Amino acid sequence: MHKLEKKLVIIGGGPAGLAAAKTAFDKGITDILILERDFELGGILPQCIHNGFGLHHFKEELTGPEYAQRFINDVAERAIEIKLNTMVLDVKENKKVYAVNKTEGFFEIQAAAVILAMGCRERTAGAIGIPGTRPAGVITAGTAQRYTNIEGYLPGKEVVILGSGDIGLIMARRLKLEGANVKAVCELLPYTGGLTRNVVQCLEDYDIPLLLNHTVTGIKGNGRLKAVEISEVDKNLKPIPDTAKIIKADTLLLSVGLIPENELSKKANVVLDQRTGGPIVNEGRETNIPGIFACGNVLHVHDLVDWVTEEAEIAASWAVKYIKKDFLKETAAIKVKAGQNVSYVIPQKIELQADDRKKIPLYMRVSQPLTAVNINLFADGEKLYSFSEPFAKPGEMISIPLAQKTLAQHENLQEISVEIVEKEGE
Amino acid sequence: MANKYDVIIIGGGISGCAVAWKLAHYNLKILLVEKEADVATGTTKANTAIIHAGYNADPDKLKGRLNVKGNEQIKEISKKLNVPFREIGSLVVGLQNDNLKVIDQLYAKGKENKVKNMKIVDRKWLRENEPNISPKAVKALWAPTAGIITPWEFALAMAQNAVANGAEVKLETAVLDIITDSDQVKGVKTNQGDFYADYVVNAAGLYADEIAQLVGIEKIKITPRKGEYYIYDQAKDFAVNHVIFPVPTPISKGIVVTPTVENNLLIGPTSEKVASKQDLATTRSGLLEVISGAKKLYPDLDLKDTIRVFAGLRAADETEDFVIEAAPHLKGFINVAGIQSPGLSSATAIADFTVEIMEAQGLKLSEKKEVIETRPEPVRFYEMTNQARASLISKNKDYGQIICRCETVSYQEIIDAIHGPVGARTVNAVKRRTRAGAGRCQGGFCGPRVVEIIAHELGIDPTEVKQEEANSNILEYKIKELLGKKVIENA
Repeated sequence: MHKLEKKLVIIGGGPAGLAAAKTAFDKGITDILILERDFELGGILPQCIHNGFGLHHFKEELTGPEYAQRFINDVAERAIEIKLNTMVLDVKENKKVYAVNKTEGFFEIQAAAVILAMGCRERTAGAIGIPGTRPAGVITAGTAQRYTNIEGYLPGKEVVILGSGDIGLIMARRLKLEGANVKAVCELLPYTGGLTRNVVQCLEDYDIPLLLNHTVTGIKGNGRLKAVEISEVDKNLKPIPDTAKIIKADTLLLSVGLIPENELSKKANVVLDQRTGGPIVNEGRETNIPGIFACGNVLHVHDLVDWVTEEAEIAASWAVKYIKKDFLKETAAIKVKAGQNVSYVIPQKIELQADDRKKIPLYMRVSQPLTAVNINLFADGEKLYSFSEPFAKPGEMISIPLAQKTLAQHENLQEISVEIVEKEGE
Repeated sequence: MANKYDVIIIGGGISGCAVAWKLAHYNLKILLVEKEADVATGTTKANTAIIHAGYNADPDKLKGRLNVKGNEQIKEISKKLNVPFREIGSLVVGLQNDNLKVIDQLYAKGKENKVKNMKIVDRKWLRENEPNISPKAVKALWAPTAGIITPWEFALAMAQNAVANGAEVKLETAVLDIITDSDQVKGVKTNQGDFYADYVVNAAGLYADEIAQLVGIEKIKITPRKGEYYIYDQAKDFAVNHVIFPVPTPISKGIVVTPTVENNLLIGPTSEKVASKQDLATTRSGLLEVISGAKKLYPDLDLKDTIRVFAGLRAADETEDFVIEAAPHLKGFINVAGIQSPGLSSATAIADFTVEIMEAQGLKLSEKKEVIETRPEPVRFYEMTNQARASLISKNKDYGQIICRCETVSYQEIIDAIHGPVGARTVNAVKRRTRAGAGRCQGGFCGPRVVEIIAHELGIDPTEVKQEEANSNILEYKIKELLGKKVIENA
């Protein structure tokens, strides 16, 4: 077994891994290795051939492959080492990484720091336990997207979509453009899971019915899918028996959530947050294991790749500081708490000191959608300040800055908390 | 004659494969025909995957006689065929308020059936050996000879070993009729042509009654009985150390909680008579019954990590016993029907018993001089040590290319599965042989790669690649195909 040593090993060559590599390189760590399990870089972006990427980061509208290509070029210009078709099998707490590929076989890399950037996977039919048979034609929306946009095949032509996550919305339009009959998008909740712009541009513009408070209660057909049974649900999200309807379909796409892929993280004893499914991190995106960082969808599921890029830049900057031994840790971390109507906040704690920090962006999601909201920050229960937003919905991540000087003004601070509530008097 | 055999076996489930495996030890020309594209696609692929100890069935039933015998044979046979079998033992767990007398009755029945090493264990023993079990568990029957196995691999391994010993397996070959000459069976008519033999074994599982009816046998009546299940992702986070049964009621063995050989956790089954032999649908009420049953034994079990639900059909005969006998009026026609639980546990004993019947009918049995007793162990990259992986890849680089990330299955393992004996032709056949697609993403990532590899290796178009049955194509069209006309009109 051959052994390598690298300053920084990045697991995953998607948008998070690529941006992290670029940033680390530019900040002075050049001994980098990106390990990518697929045959090309870019993660899920190469199959996202629609536009809408880069509005925040590049201030222009790009397709997924275009967005990825900019970072692929950046990495190529810097001659950062990449191993494709390479599967990481194990990561240890001591930052030994074990990987395998066809050309080099099985090998070990001792890293000074590791950035976890493995992305996420889709929730499956089995995970949500839809009653019925197990025919061909029931697949996740992302897999259908790969078949359509990379492999060049369509799963079918009479389509029902369960879940209104972004990939489901995008695939509704994509299959409609391919001539398929997209009969309905069913969403269990009273609101959509994806971005508002995707609801408008992918469903409304194409007259694809969106059925809120509906779910699939039966899968029918042996061999290939023949039909699905859909039902309305009550306030407790339980199907209402009399409302069941059969829709003839040869394809059921599932867009029912994404799960950060942290099987490797667990092997390195990284502690996960039950709510995000990703590691618990400080503001440098460092996990509980010193020198192991995480960014992108492995940390928490993002809706915009632009935020993935920003997060990767944060993780890489701090990984560089870690390698250069350029920061101090507070003796006691400040807890960051998700308060009223907030499902989670990243980071979960603040504990790093460095001279060049001005603002710490807090990423969060609202639990229940609201219009006209105040986002209130508290330091040990004392209100710091508020931000107003016209609306907040769970499908759209919110980023608000926390000024470092605010922290400095509060001695022995234990906890920062955030709440998202309706504006008073409106 | 090329299409003339000594014995034809109808059905590639666990029983048909076991009979083929056994008969291939003798100087006989054997043909096994299976209507689906793989062996083990019926009841054999969807059951509780348990090798029972043998205390359940009455001693006067075939079930009672053959279970213990099959259980005793399994250790040696599984080793020879390189089929992972784990003798983890079973517990029938009595909770407070259960009828605990039943546990003693099962113990007594087990004694009669000559089940070895059973013990009645108490609350303290249960605490120590099953730490997650319900605090209400007070008493249990411990049968250390029970175990777990992968049923489809067991069937496949027997089919592969039979092939290694000269038997033929024809897949996608459906029997349409039985050829007879007065009171002697002469062969089978299939969708792939006629095949001749003086001995025909009907091991058609759920369809055994329909095959029997072709020769006028009406006494076999298979009523499918459905069982629904949940499978959890890798079970290491929640220890279950034995096959755990509740105290049975007169109608059911109840909801079982068991680890699988691959370290998943399996809970189920329900037990419900259904009208159709194709009714493999799980139901809301059935799944709820499974959960509430499992929760009685393991209150802390939560459903967060389930990766699949499925249903299987038991091929139960009206008599509620195995029906293994020669047809009274048609020489050479042997029924192996009604093989419900403990059919998997009894498989090799069923094969022995069937061969004895055939011998009594006049089949000449002379052992081959050089029988291949073992099946080469397939590469299982996911369970190898890093050292073993390194050395494997140094011999063949294609084991270094991982296709299924969840279960760590390499490209070469998939190639081996496709080109090995009784090769895989479908996505599910690849999954059964390699575990590619059996993990937490359920083929979300590796599915497209597996479809591509199957298409390439079999020389077919990806739109022809099937999940399992004849009409189960994964992909229906090429892109732009649905637009064909419109694209031209708009040009």
